[in-house]
Amino acid sequence: MSNIVNAIYNIRQFDELARQDSFIHRLHPLAKLLATLVYTVVLVSYDKYAIIALLPFLFFPVFVAAAGRIPAGPVLKRLLYVEPMIICVGLLNPLFDRGITIILGHAVSSGWLIFISIVIKGSLAVTSALLLIATTGMDGIALSLRELKVPKIFVLQLMLTYRYISVLLEEAARTLQAYSLRAFDTKGIKRVVWGPLLGQILLRTLDRAQRIYEAMCLRGFMGEYHIGQEPRPKPGDIMYVMGWGTFFAASRAVNLPLWLGNLLTGALK
Amino acid sequence: MSHHITEAKELFYSYPDGHRAVNGISFCIHHGESVGIIGANGAGKSTLLMLLNGILTPFQGDVIIGEVKLNKSTLNMIRQRLGMVFQDPDDQLFMTTVYDDVAFGPRNLKIDEPQVERRVLSALEQVGIAHLKDRAPFHLSAGEKRAAAIATVLSMSPDILFLDEPTSSLDPKSRRRLMNILKGFEHTKIITSHDLDMVLELCSRVIVLKNGQVIADGPAKDILTNKKMMEEAGLEVPLSLQKCPVCGKTKPDADFR
Repeated sequence: MSNIVNAIYNIRQFDELARQDSFIHRLHPLAKLLATLVYTVVLVSYDKYAIIALLPFLFFPVFVAAAGRIPAGPVLKRLLYVEPMIICVGLLNPLFDRGITIILGHAVSSGWLIFISIVIKGSLAVTSALLLIATTGMDGIALSLRELKVPKIFVLQLMLTYRYISVLLEEAARTLQAYSLRAFDTKGIKRVVWGPLLGQILLRTLDRAQRIYEAMCLRGFMGEYHIGQEPRPKPGDIMYVMGWGTFFAASRAVNLPLWLGNLLTGALK
Repeated sequence: MSHHITEAKELFYSYPDGHRAVNGISFCIHHGESVGIIGANGAGKSTLLMLLNGILTPFQGDVIIGEVKLNKSTLNMIRQRLGMVFQDPDDQLFMTTVYDDVAFGPRNLKIDEPQVERRVLSALEQVGIAHLKDRAPFHLSAGEKRAAAIATVLSMSPDILFLDEPTSSLDPKSRRRLMNILKGFEHTKIITSHDLDMVLELCSRVIVLKNGQVIADGPAKDILTNKKMMEEAGLEVPLSLQKCPVCGKTKPDADFR
């Protein structure tokens, strides 16, 4: 029960974070979306054994979170929800790939290397996506998707799904509250009532969604979400994308940690 | 649409389960009138409002708004002249800030942004919540949410306001504030409610529904003080006109038939 209430609070917390004012928040949504897209594409383009070379990619989420004043807690908490899925994707690698790779003079299982690489890549990609939502908001993301000529229907679907998640959660919270107040001494929900309870939540949510849709239609909604003055890209926005693009390309072309390491050890010698 | 007439002509509507919610309703509401639609639960009040707004389509009969018949081709044009305030403000507030919610309608009308801003600020000022414009709707109290919901339709500059149970779930102070706000509007107001004291105070005319039919239509004071008719409709005379529970006296101007 409290989990659902927390979930509603969590969704709204990201909306609140997106309304803050900072250098990152003031950037054009499209600039932030493009930087995140380039980041993700470059990240997943790395070799399956890459670990050390991924280290510079930590810099992007850390920079966005710091400059956008996004607290680590809410982002990491959401990352934890996705982490099991990332782990599941990489889990079979240690079993099937039993080769040996030598790193810094130590023999390491190739399967485990791939697993760690997948977890790092997955976690970084999810974190950057979460930071994009926390600094741009769903309205801004929808605006930039429309500017990228993504069909209206998909953007609308995204917006309405996001809107209705909280509607569904609120209905579920109410239904479960009513259940828990009359279900004494029971842990969780009895299996026999799963069906009626889910059906009830679904029907009530559909009903509510219908009313919200009617309210939108009555105020002239014709399938297009307007978010007011659409900001124009400024030179700073272009520089933001170009700057990060150059950094990601440089990191991809040169193994920066290795290069730095060689530079330092060379200097020491 | 010089005269904002709202006319229902022999309206009939049944829900898919066969329940006939509206059974031959006719009336005509003129510009600037404030009309209360009252009736027991299930009398057909909310269905009637949905028919008047074009959310539901009558099986038979016509809705005429400002001399234009409501149908598919006129629906969008007519809806720009109507403002519907839902019973649950949460159904009406779906954007991330109060400002965006109030701006939702004008932006859909493709009005330029400076004009949208003027409309939004004016609507928020009319309901006294201009200071809440940057707040998230889910952080507001019930009274503030109701005021925000009203602002969302005021920003569309409607000629006719439909309000479904506007005072439900409000505390006495918020209820009084809302009533004062509504009193100040010059729009044609059509209010469905069980709050008969509010209807008595705000409406000059009352339409009483029972089983989807109009059983009385006339001046609010005449109808709301008609104890026999009110009881027949499953209602009571407004509390303010009933006997005082302490001294047993009736308000001097109450006139029971």
